[in-house]
Amino acid sequence: MSRQKFSGLSLIRRGLSGHLDWQKQWRKPTPKPSYDAIIIGGGGHGLGAAYYLAKEHGLTNIAVLEKGWIGGGNTGRNTTIIRSNYLFNESAALYDHSVKIWENLSQELNYNVMFSPRGVMMLAHTVHDIQVFKRHVHANRCNGVDNEWLEPEQAKEFCPLLNIGSDIRYPVLGAALQRRGGTARHDAVAWGFARAADSLGVDIIENCEVTAIKRDASGAVEGVETSRGTIGAKKIGVSAAGNTSVVLSMAGVRLPLESYPLQALVSEPVKGVFPCVVMSNTIHAYISQSDKGELVIGAGTDAYTSYTQRGALHINTHTLDAICELFPQFRRMRMMRNWGGIVDVTPDRSPIIAKTPVKGLYVNCGWGTGGFKATPGSAHVFAWTIARDEPHPINAPFTIERFRDGYLIDEAAAAAVAH
Amino acid sequence: MLLIVCPYCGKRPELEFTYGGEAHLTRPERPAELDDQTWTDFLYMRTNLKGLYAERWRHARGCGRFFNALRDTTTDHFLATYKTGTPRPDLPVTASTAGSRK
Repeated sequence: MSRQKFSGLSLIRRGLSGHLDWQKQWRKPTPKPSYDAIIIGGGGHGLGAAYYLAKEHGLTNIAVLEKGWIGGGNTGRNTTIIRSNYLFNESAALYDHSVKIWENLSQELNYNVMFSPRGVMMLAHTVHDIQVFKRHVHANRCNGVDNEWLEPEQAKEFCPLLNIGSDIRYPVLGAALQRRGGTARHDAVAWGFARAADSLGVDIIENCEVTAIKRDASGAVEGVETSRGTIGAKKIGVSAAGNTSVVLSMAGVRLPLESYPLQALVSEPVKGVFPCVVMSNTIHAYISQSDKGELVIGAGTDAYTSYTQRGALHINTHTLDAICELFPQFRRMRMMRNWGGIVDVTPDRSPIIAKTPVKGLYVNCGWGTGGFKATPGSAHVFAWTIARDEPHPINAPFTIERFRDGYLIDEAAAAAVAH
Repeated sequence: MLLIVCPYCGKRPELEFTYGGEAHLTRPERPAELDDQTWTDFLYMRTNLKGLYAERWRHARGCGRFFNALRDTTTDHFLATYKTGTPRPDLPVTASTAGSRK
């Protein structure tokens, strides 16, 4: 279908005509009996994969099946931090691939995803932190990823609200700053990909929960059973975040995943006071300010596996303790909302974007607590993997077999904290 | 915060406990004799079940002992806790327990 193009002019024209003739952003099609390929999971990663399958690989007879609504899962529940300063070569290549796509994504989709490279500053509080971060800075530089070391005074210059006094429990001893990092509007990423994929002919089917994966006599996939009937497909890409283990178990595939609640919260909205993103892995504080004015705060994971999309309050309290030490002026700020999402965590804290042992079944999972930043890059290489039945060079190391063969991409050990 | 019944000490707040992951995984007696895939399955692969899950907890800031629990991961409701080494209680998820959050 032809798509209205967004521009300053179109905004003015429709503003003057009372905003009455805007199109729906995507259709609400009923599922066809079969497609060339199906993506299970209508979050940013899945919608993006559908978009790139249609745009770059010519597969337009495809569908995205979402059990809830578009943008209602982890895409709408994260703290929108974007960065690529990971230690290992494989990770740096994957996440920087994503950052490079972020930089032009609004133009490509004709949809404002509000990418804002305002800088991501990671705080060091111990001698070990200083050593690890400096190692990251050097490793990143070798991989062409920007990252620089800041002394405490320089960190305060970059983020004037930061308390660099020596009288707090974990004083700031320095920071690593990635200036190309920042934030984006999370809902807009899902909506933008959905709109662009839909205009290329992709069927986006909401309220459609997959209940079984059908396989033929040779074991290859031939379709899915869903809450809206049987849908055939020779290729199925699973991009189901916390529910990946559940979906893959329908095809008898076991994965090295555990699903945990990850919580976040926002404050009441205030005027612009916070110019960047500040993270502290050591004392568990992640904070930025949205364009609406809310402080967006990321907390940690709960201790136990769960599918409830909620967690315990003491996890949030722990993070707010750290925020109040680093930014004492926020002590009287009221928190407005908190929520949880379910994240699928691998043993090495790196994702899996790969073929599975089942023919025609592909999986993009294991993003743990940090999948949002990778949305466009992950979708791009996942589409390649599905279309060509072989991995893109960037995601080739991110297999399931790496756990058997000992080629872990151990960002868990590299960060030396739960993350 | 969850309230968890330690089989040795009784009902205590979640803060006193640490989580131990999936229960009833038995370490193979002679890992060196296993093929790589079997050893990988033991080390890394997990059921990650959505539903009634048998898992280990440790009363770390109490008696210090490990024990097992049956918890519904769709509600976080504990149906039973039992001592390590004893078999998993045979508890089906019923409609009344699946939806409750006591």
